[in-house]
Amino acid sequence: MKLELRGITKRFGALVANNNISLTVESGEIHALLGENGAGKSTLMNVLYGLYIAEEGEILLDDTVQKFAGPGDAMKAGIGMVHQHFMLVPVFTVAENVVLGHEQTTFGGRLDLSAARAKVREISDRFGFDIDPDALIEDLPVGVQQRVEIIKALSQDARVLVFDEPTAVLTPQETDELMIIMRQLAESGTSIVFITHKLREVRAVADRITVIRLGTVVGEASPTATNAELASLMVGRAVELTVHKNAPELRGTALSVKNLSVIDSRNQIVVNSVSFDVQAGEVLAIAGVQGNGQTELTEALLGLQHHVTGSIELDGKPLRGYSVRHILDSGVGFVPEDRTEDGLIADFSIAENLMLDRSSGAPFVKAGNLQLGFRATFAAEKIREFDIRSQGSEMEAGRLSGGNQQKVVLARELSRELRLFVAAQPTRGLDVGSIEFVHTRIIETRDSGIPVIVVSTELDEVVALADRIAVMYRGEIVGIVPGNTPRATLGLMMAGEHAPETKALL
Amino acid sequence: MSDTSVPAAAVAAAPDPGNVKKDGSERWTQTLRDITGGSAMISVLAVVFALIVGAVLIAFTNERVQETAVYFFSRPGDLLQAVWAAVAGAYSALFQGAIYNFRANNFLTAIRPLTETLTFATPLIAAGLGVGLAFRVGMFNIGGRGQMLIAAGAAGYVAFAVELPAGIHLIVAILAGLLGGAIWGGIVGLLKARTGAHEVIVTIMLNFVALYLIQFLLRTPGALQAPGSNNPKTPAMLPTAVFPDLFGPRYNLHAGFLTVIAATIFVWWLLSRSNLGFQFRAVGQNPSAARVAGINVKNVYMYAMAISGALVGLAGINQVLGTVTTGFGAGIDAGIGFDAITVALLGRSRPWGIFAAGILFGAFKAGGFAMQAAEGVPIDIVVVVQALIVLFIAAPPLVRAMFHLPTPGTTKKPAIRAVKARKTNEVVAK
Ligand SMILES: Nc1ncnc2c1ncn2[C@@H]1O[C@H](COP(=O)(O)OP(=O)(O)OP(=O)(O)O)[C@@H](O)[C@H]1O
Ligand SMILES: [Mg+2]
Repeated sequence: MKLELRGITKRFGALVANNNISLTVESGEIHALLGENGAGKSTLMNVLYGLYIAEEGEILLDDTVQKFAGPGDAMKAGIGMVHQHFMLVPVFTVAENVVLGHEQTTFGGRLDLSAARAKVREISDRFGFDIDPDALIEDLPVGVQQRVEIIKALSQDARVLVFDEPTAVLTPQETDELMIIMRQLAESGTSIVFITHKLREVRAVADRITVIRLGTVVGEASPTATNAELASLMVGRAVELTVHKNAPELRGTALSVKNLSVIDSRNQIVVNSVSFDVQAGEVLAIAGVQGNGQTELTEALLGLQHHVTGSIELDGKPLRGYSVRHILDSGVGFVPEDRTEDGLIADFSIAENLMLDRSSGAPFVKAGNLQLGFRATFAAEKIREFDIRSQGSEMEAGRLSGGNQQKVVLARELSRELRLFVAAQPTRGLDVGSIEFVHTRIIETRDSGIPVIVVSTELDEVVALADRIAVMYRGEIVGIVPGNTPRATLGLMMAGEHAPETKALL
Repeated sequence: MSDTSVPAAAVAAAPDPGNVKKDGSERWTQTLRDITGGSAMISVLAVVFALIVGAVLIAFTNERVQETAVYFFSRPGDLLQAVWAAVAGAYSALFQGAIYNFRANNFLTAIRPLTETLTFATPLIAAGLGVGLAFRVGMFNIGGRGQMLIAAGAAGYVAFAVELPAGIHLIVAILAGLLGGAIWGGIVGLLKARTGAHEVIVTIMLNFVALYLIQFLLRTPGALQAPGSNNPKTPAMLPTAVFPDLFGPRYNLHAGFLTVIAATIFVWWLLSRSNLGFQFRAVGQNPSAARVAGINVKNVYMYAMAISGALVGLAGINQVLGTVTTGFGAGIDAGIGFDAITVALLGRSRPWGIFAAGILFGAFKAGGFAMQAAEGVPIDIVVVVQALIVLFIAAPPLVRAMFHLPTPGTTKKPAIRAVKARKTNEVVAK
C-alpha cells in the first residue's frame, strides 16, 4: 500500500516537533527515517499511528485521505507499528497476544483460539518464523517477541508497517534476521518505515532514506551514500565516526575484582567467579551477547545485587557489602543499562533528575533544604554542556526524546568527583552525533586518570573505546584481550570460545 | 576460571530487556500514581459533576416533584418549577449552613456556619495530609482509623491524667498524640520495608488492633476509663490541655485549626523544599531509579509512614483536645480516617489542594445538617455526592470522556507511559 504524509505539523506547546513534513513510501518500499535525537521521528510515526493528532497536514493511503482518531482507526486502515518497547502481555501465549483486542468468539462467548493458532502458523510459515503459538511470551527471547509483534500487526492485514528503533535491543544475529524479514515483507508489497540510528542497517535494507533534523525534512539520501555523508546530513556538521584516542597512560591498579559471583533472585548463578583489574587511566570494555551476566556484574559493583561473594576493592578499599549510597560516595559513577527504569524519574524535571543521586548533602542540599537556586544554575549549565535538547530545566525528563534522556543520565554521573566510572550501554538509542560526544567524554574521563568500565553489546562501541576487552559468556569471563583484537576473534569468544592467548594459560 | 561448574541452564542466556513482567503490585502502584496525580481540572469537574448528580437525586426524592411528574404532559412547567425549587432550596440551604447565613440579623451570627465548616474541616485536613503524603510515596494508607485512635488515646491520656501548667500541658498532649500516630504508622512502614508486607493489608489489620486495644483500655479502670464509671468512655480533658477557642465561646472553632495550617505548611515544605521530601517523591515515582541513585528505599517507606501516621494522628488529637473535650469513646475517629482518603484524592495529594478539599468536605458536613433541617433533604445525599466525587476522580477516563478532555497519552510520550518497571516488591526486598 502506498503511504503519503502531506505537510504534517505537530506542536507541543511552543515546540514544533514536526514542521510541515511530507513523506511518500511506495508500496513494497523500505523507507528509512534518519535523524538526530529529538528530531521528531517518533512523533511523526505516532501521528501516523493515530496516537497524536497533528495540527496540520494529512495522511493518505493509496491516495485517499485518512482520518485517525486513535490507533484503532489506524490499525483498521492497515497500519501496524512495532514499538521499541513491546506491548505484549507476558503471561499470555503467542496466540492469545495476537488476537488480543479483536478476539473472535465461538458460540457462548468462548474464545476461538484455534483460529488464532492457525493464523499464527500461517504467517509463521509464510516468513519462515519458527514460533509455537502456545508458547508463553515471558519465556521467549526478545528477538522472538519482536516477531510476535510483527505477526500481530500482520494478522490484522497491516499493509504499512512502522518499526521504531527495533534493533536497539536485538543481538547482531537477531538484527540480521529482522533485516531478512523486512525484505520478505517488502517483496510481498508491504510498505515499511524503518527508524534506526545504526547506519550500517540503513544501508543494508533501505530503498530510500529521508533525513529529518529539528522537525523538518532536510533531504533524501540514497542507500549507497557513505556513513560519513549520512551522518553529516543528520547532524548538520561533519561527524567523527571513530574516536580519537592516544595510548592509555596507565597509573596503577585502581579497581580490583576477585572471584566475584552473583546469585540472582531466581537462585541462579549469573556471574560465576569473575576476576579482573582495571587500571586508573584505562578503559576496560566488557563485551558479550546481552544477558550473559554483564548487567548483574555492573549491578554488583554498585551494591545493587544481594547475593554477592568475592571481593571488590577500589583504591585499596573494599566496596562489597556496602550500601549504594556509600559506593556512590566513594566516587563510583554509574550509567545504568535501562535508563527509563533505573536511570531517570520520568515525572521529575531535568533539574531534579540531575541531582537524583546527590539528594543527601551539599551542594544540592543544605540543612535539609533543597538549594533550588543552585540546582537551576547547575541544570542550565549541564543542559548547555551536554547539549540536551529541551524546553528548559523544568521540563519533565519523560518528555525528552530517548537520546536526550540518556544525556541527562550521563551529565549527572560525569559531573561528580569520580574515582571509577561504570557505564552500561552508554549510547543505546543515541544518534551518531551524540555517540561521538559520549565517546569523547568517556575517553576524556579515562585520560583524567579515572578507571572506566564500559559494558556494551555493540562490537563497534567496544572496539572504539576499549584499551582491553573482557568477553563474558554465561556468567564467566572467557578471556581478557587487548583492545585491537580482531572482531572475528571477539565474535568467537562471545560465542563461548576461549581466546587464543588465554587458552594456553587454562 | 576453567571450571565450568555452572549448569548451562542456571545462567539465563536469554536476554530480557524487553521481557516486561508486570505483576499485580506494580500495576497497582501505577494506577495509584495515575489516580493521585490527576490534574486540578479533574478535581473541579468531579465536584461539579457530583453536585449535578446530587441535584438529580434531590429532585427525584422531592415530593412536590413526584406529584407534578404525574401530570407532566399537561403542565410541564409545574415539574420544572418544582425541580428548580427543590434543588435550589437544598443547595442554598447547604450554602447557608456551610458558609454564610443570609437570614441571620447580624454579621457575627451570619458567619457562624463558616466557622463550623472550618471546625469540621480541621481533622479532615490533618488526616488528608497524612494519606496524601503516603500517596506521594506510592503507598495507600487506609489505616487512618487506627492511627487516629492511638493518637487520640495517647493525647487524651496525657490531657486528663497528667497535671501540667497550662500551655505546656497542651503541647505535651499534642506531642504524645503525634508520637502515637507516628508509631502506629511507622509499624506499617517497618513491616513493608523489612518483610515486603503490603501496606493496605497491614493498615487494615492495624485498624482492628487499634480499635480493640482502645476499647479494652476504655473498659480498664486506671487506663482510659473514667473513674467511677462503667461506660467505655474517658473522663473530660483537663482545661489546661484543651485547644482554646479561636473567636471566643460563641463559635466552636478552636486553635486546632492553626495546627492544621502549620501542618499544611510543613507538608508543603517537606515535599517541595526538603531533601527528605525529594527522596519521598523519587521513591513514589520510580523506586528502582531511586534505589540506583543511592536512596534508601526502605528507610523512606518507614519515615514516610511515620510522618503520615503522625499527620493522621493530628486529626485524632484535634478531635479529643478540640472538638469533643468532654471525654471520648472508641467512635472518636468518626470515619475521618476514611473520609481523608477522599480528601487526599480530591486534593490530588498536594498540600494546599488537600487543605482546600478538606474545607469543601467540612462544608458538606456543616451544610448537610442544615440542609436536612431546613429542607428535609436526607443527609445521605451529601454522602452520595462525596462518594461520587471519589468515583469521578478514580475514573479519570470517564470524566475525560464526559468533558472531552485530552487523554494524557496525547500529551506524553507513549514510550514513557508504558514505563516498564521491575516489581516494587523486589525493590523493597533488596
Ligand atoms: N509529549 C511531549 N511533550 C512535549 N514535548 C515532546 C513530547 N513528545 C516529544 N516531545 C519533543 O518533541 C521532540 C521530538 O521528539 P521525538 O521523540 O519525536 O524525537 P525522535 O526523533 O524520536 O528522537 P530519538 O531518536 O531520540 O528517539 C523532542 O524535542 C521532544 O522533547
Ligand atoms: Mg524516538
